[in-house]
Amino acid sequence: MAELGPVLEVLLGGLMSGVLYSLVALGFVLIFKASGVFNFAQGAMVLFAALSLVRLAEWLPFPLALLVTVLIMIAVAWTVERLVLRPLVGQHGLILFMATIGVTFFLDGFGQTIWGSNVYQLDLGIPSTPWFLFESLFPGGILVSPVDVFATVIAGSLVLALSIFFHGTRIGRALRAVADDHQAAQSVGIPLNQIWLIVWSTAGIVALVAGMAWGSKLGVQFSLSLVALKALPVLILGGLTSIPGAIVGGLVVGAGEKLAELYIGPLIGGGIEYWFAYVLALAVLLVRPQGLFGEKIIERV
Amino acid sequence: MTAAAASSEPSPARAALEVNNIEVVYDHVVLVLKGVSLAVPEGSIVALLGANGAGKTTTLKAISNLLHAERGEVTKGSITFYGEEVHRLSPNELVRRGCIQVMEGRHCFAHLTVEENLLTGAFTRKDGRAAIQRDLEMVYAYFPRLKERRKSLAGYTSGGEQQMCAIGRALMARPRLILLDEPSMGLAPQLVEEIFAIVERLNKEEKVTFFVAEQNTSLALRHASYGYILENGRVVLDGEAASLRENEDVKEFYLGLSGSGRKSFRDIKSYKRRKRWL
Repeated sequence: MAELGPVLEVLLGGLMSGVLYSLVALGFVLIFKASGVFNFAQGAMVLFAALSLVRLAEWLPFPLALLVTVLIMIAVAWTVERLVLRPLVGQHGLILFMATIGVTFFLDGFGQTIWGSNVYQLDLGIPSTPWFLFESLFPGGILVSPVDVFATVIAGSLVLALSIFFHGTRIGRALRAVADDHQAAQSVGIPLNQIWLIVWSTAGIVALVAGMAWGSKLGVQFSLSLVALKALPVLILGGLTSIPGAIVGGLVVGAGEKLAELYIGPLIGGGIEYWFAYVLALAVLLVRPQGLFGEKIIERV
Repeated sequence: MTAAAASSEPSPARAALEVNNIEVVYDHVVLVLKGVSLAVPEGSIVALLGANGAGKTTTLKAISNLLHAERGEVTKGSITFYGEEVHRLSPNELVRRGCIQVMEGRHCFAHLTVEENLLTGAFTRKDGRAAIQRDLEMVYAYFPRLKERRKSLAGYTSGGEQQMCAIGRALMARPRLILLDEPSMGLAPQLVEEIFAIVERLNKEEKVTFFVAEQNTSLALRHASYGYILENGRVVLDGEAASLRENEDVKEFYLGLSGSGRKSFRDIKSYKRRKRWL
């Protein structure tokens, strides 16, 4: 514990990579909240969005490529709603979940077929040289990656915007109503199809943001779709239905796994970072199945 | 003067809802409604009676176009709401035109507060915040209990409060016709009386037409003006509420009364025989 500097650096790095997990988890939460569907395809959507953006940016100016990618993600949302959700309305959650697994593999394959399967560099114009903070306080300062800072700012504003949207607007209220009870929502005249289109489009845009952040860090490639697996413990920790939960869950997982690597890692020979989050999630499941911030499971007795 | 004349003489009111010989099939094979016809005049309270599984809920869902989600389909006949074919309209368009259903078992949004629940009822409205706020106050005036619980999650309120919340939510859409499915389900008799009394007031004061599916025959016939009795997917009997209450068969089979002591089994058979042809 002698050197606080490196510990802080690890903690900060962990928190910021946690934000990146949160960005992916956010997409899951949005769709689960509004349609009760656990959208396994969120990771594939991240990959698809990032691939579209990076390939389009090769011919188009970046802002235009971004706009076209947003439109593509809305088109994906529309297609999924039309071809998958609408025919399966009223079916059991597990059936919808299986359907999204189908969508996952389709998007993974289709994306790589049309956009190519190499590793592409995504340059957001963010300086890649790290910043050193508090150099006067700690010897050598604390190393921070600008990309991580960028992701944190974006994620923070996304969460704020989404919370306002869900709790302060008519459409947001309707989204929560649909999440609670499809049929009742339909009976009061809330058009399910429009709501699903809105929510899948929003999740698509969140996927795009996540894809940009992850893509600029790792390069845009197939393994991007696997970040979805990292989002699972975040979801369990934060609760499937809570937007702030996705953020806090991400921070806890991000910081937790880095700190665990630092402190517990050496005792058992390292490598703890890869499974720590899952053990944490398991522990949370045992104690608090709805997650830290998930909606209480209301059961009248 | 004219109003008095109209009430003294039951003039044939305009039909809010007409159901003409419909058949409903679930999953392409299960025939649930086998030719149901009925009419709900504007401004009335009409009861749809029958035992469990008679087809009451299916009838209501066919009207509000909510069958699709349960793989049900109207395969024959027609349903019109103020002359407009219902099957061409989505549930959303139907609510916009003033036909809304309060589903069996309340179906409040458990994770929304009571007030948010009520506001979702106004989803289809385009007449501005002020009008919606006025109607919210109107709903609270009819259901003062909802005002007390406005900030609590609907999932934590009592069954009676949830039923009130569901009816209030429907009122927020400014409906002309409310399809009320089994409002008495799981509620204490006193509470049920209270709810039916409010339904009657809404009918008189807010001019809302009600079509109520109910198992509790005596209760429904006390508050409705007309009744249809559904058995095995067919209307077996219909008439003015007062005459149904006096009907021997209704007394015997639905009200649990029998004026002339124990009936012999032959009479029951004759009733069943008659039913088959109706």
